[in-house]
Amino acid sequence: MQTQTLTRKIETENLSVFYGSFKAISDVSVEIYENNVTALIGPSGCGKSTFLRSLNRLNDLVPKTAVAGKVLLDDTDIYAPSQDVVDIRRRVGIVFQRPNPFPMSIFDNVAYGPRLYGIKKKSVLAEIVEESLRGAALWDEVKDKLDKSGLALSGGQQQRLCIARTIAIEPEVILMDEPASALDPIATLRIEELIRKLRERFTIVIVTHNMQQAARVSDYTAFFNMGDDRAGYLVEFDETDRIFTNPQQKLTEEYITGRFG
Amino acid sequence: MAQDIFSQVNLQRVYRRRRLTNKIMLGLTGLMLVLALIPLIWIIVYVLIKGGRHINLDFFIHLPQPMGTTGGGILHAIEGSLVMVVLASVFSIPPALLAAFYLTTHESTPLASAIRFSTDLLAGVPSITVGLFGYAVIVLAQKHYSALAGGVVLAIIMLPVVIRSAEEMLKLVPPDLRAGSLALGAPEWKTAIKVVLPAAAEGIITGIMLGVARATGETAPLLFTALGNDNYEIGKMIKQGIEHNQSIFDVLGRIFEQPADALPLTLWKYAQQPYPERVEQSWAVALVLMLFVLSLNILARVWIARRRSALQ
Ligand SMILES: Nc1ncnc2c1ncn2[C@@H]1O[C@H](COP(=O)(O)OP(=O)(O)OP(=O)(O)O)[C@@H](O)[C@H]1O
Ligand SMILES: [Mg+2]
Repeated sequence: MQTQTLTRKIETENLSVFYGSFKAISDVSVEIYENNVTALIGPSGCGKSTFLRSLNRLNDLVPKTAVAGKVLLDDTDIYAPSQDVVDIRRRVGIVFQRPNPFPMSIFDNVAYGPRLYGIKKKSVLAEIVEESLRGAALWDEVKDKLDKSGLALSGGQQQRLCIARTIAIEPEVILMDEPASALDPIATLRIEELIRKLRERFTIVIVTHNMQQAARVSDYTAFFNMGDDRAGYLVEFDETDRIFTNPQQKLTEEYITGRFG
Repeated sequence: MAQDIFSQVNLQRVYRRRRLTNKIMLGLTGLMLVLALIPLIWIIVYVLIKGGRHINLDFFIHLPQPMGTTGGGILHAIEGSLVMVVLASVFSIPPALLAAFYLTTHESTPLASAIRFSTDLLAGVPSITVGLFGYAVIVLAQKHYSALAGGVVLAIIMLPVVIRSAEEMLKLVPPDLRAGSLALGAPEWKTAIKVVLPAAAEGIITGIMLGVARATGETAPLLFTALGNDNYEIGKMIKQGIEHNQSIFDVLGRIFEQPADALPLTLWKYAQQPYPERVEQSWAVALVLMLFVLSLNILARVWIARRRSALQ
């Protein structure tokens, strides 16, 4: 799927994450390329979400988490003491598994981020909101009810609203944690189309349990597994086509063909 | 194999028994519901009958007449209750909400356990003890009883009620909602005000109403702090302020600094009078008190319903 030259956007070096004394992921080294979709697959509990959330320091919210190793965003370590966590989160946005619109109007949901960064002018905000909603393929469905609550939308619409909210602050990377698992097949398809479109503007990392989905939307795939100590580790990382047609590891082949996991 | 087992049991009998048990339990729960409602309805009807006779406009807009004479109202108690409950809310709700936020965001820190423990202890302190505390700390220091002192002790009584209910409600807010705001780079305080609080608003309001109802009904702590004041009349104090060209702060100061009456306090005092007229009036006070708390609850529910439909 991939031809033009690759730029490395994120690189992890021997990344381990601990919840208290429990090691959730162990020594993960992986590269994530700009304007590509990278899928994270693997059995439940192997640390995909943990890995994803460590890429924008959302794990900081869980008490007693510790991180070893490095996460480089454009070659700067996001866990370096001098790094401003707000800046990291502005540059690396996230969409959650369950749609989580804020309890406010559709407009305010999307304008929430830009307002945080000091944009106050109504006309500017309106422009950002329209552009973001168009970007999330939601504009036509909500343009007449921007003042209605975001909670009054359908699940699929809510998830696209959350994507609009995320792209409104123009991040460089978008993390998605099983963004379609709470949605019906048609809503899922729309999200997948959207991901392919967003790829032109953003670098995307997506966790999914759905092999077909990984094959459909991603350019690269990282397969995680759980070790004997229950710590997740990276088994294989490669172009998605190769992972699904000619994996190097036996474990990968067994997983994608459904023989375990 | 499974078929073999099931061919041996009489399924019809199992089903029949299940239906019967279902009916009995349903009947039992219905009966319990009625039993639980009886005291409530009894109280409401009784107070309505006994107190309703004495309710008229004069009762609401006049101060009490001297003992032994007929007529007069309870304006002093209504206004005193309002002032002290407003004071108590102002003193207790902001710190209670902040404490509840702390408890939900720092669930298992030593300070959180300490707050939880002392909140539980505070909830268990008899209200008369809280009143004595107010007497010792405020009344003795100021050398006079006041609505302010009453407001403070009522605030102490409201505090644990609001903290615990607000904590429960904040806990119900999905963690990803908070994370979603923080992930956009929002600071914690903005996340709390703009996202978490609105998401939990309905439950928190209900909890606040519980606290207000509790404070409105308290008698004992006011005996030592607000004391009672047959001449407590806000309108008069404002008029005096205007006549003497005083600032709004002077007037507010007077409203807060005077001893004040409250509905439950008046009820308690009237009920012990040797004059039948007063005892009769105490039923009317009980009715006003009940309607006051009831209408607060209804207002809160209307607000919640309106907000819900506005969100749809
Ligand atoms: N906040 C937490 N505190 C302690 N342990 C946690 C926490 N979150 C996750 N874990 C543990 O870390 C491990 C990895 O969890 P994680 O959620 O990252 O897995 P996952 O691969 O995303 O699983 P799933 O596919 O089911 O979403 C699990 O063993 C989990 O129990
Ligand atoms: Mg997960």
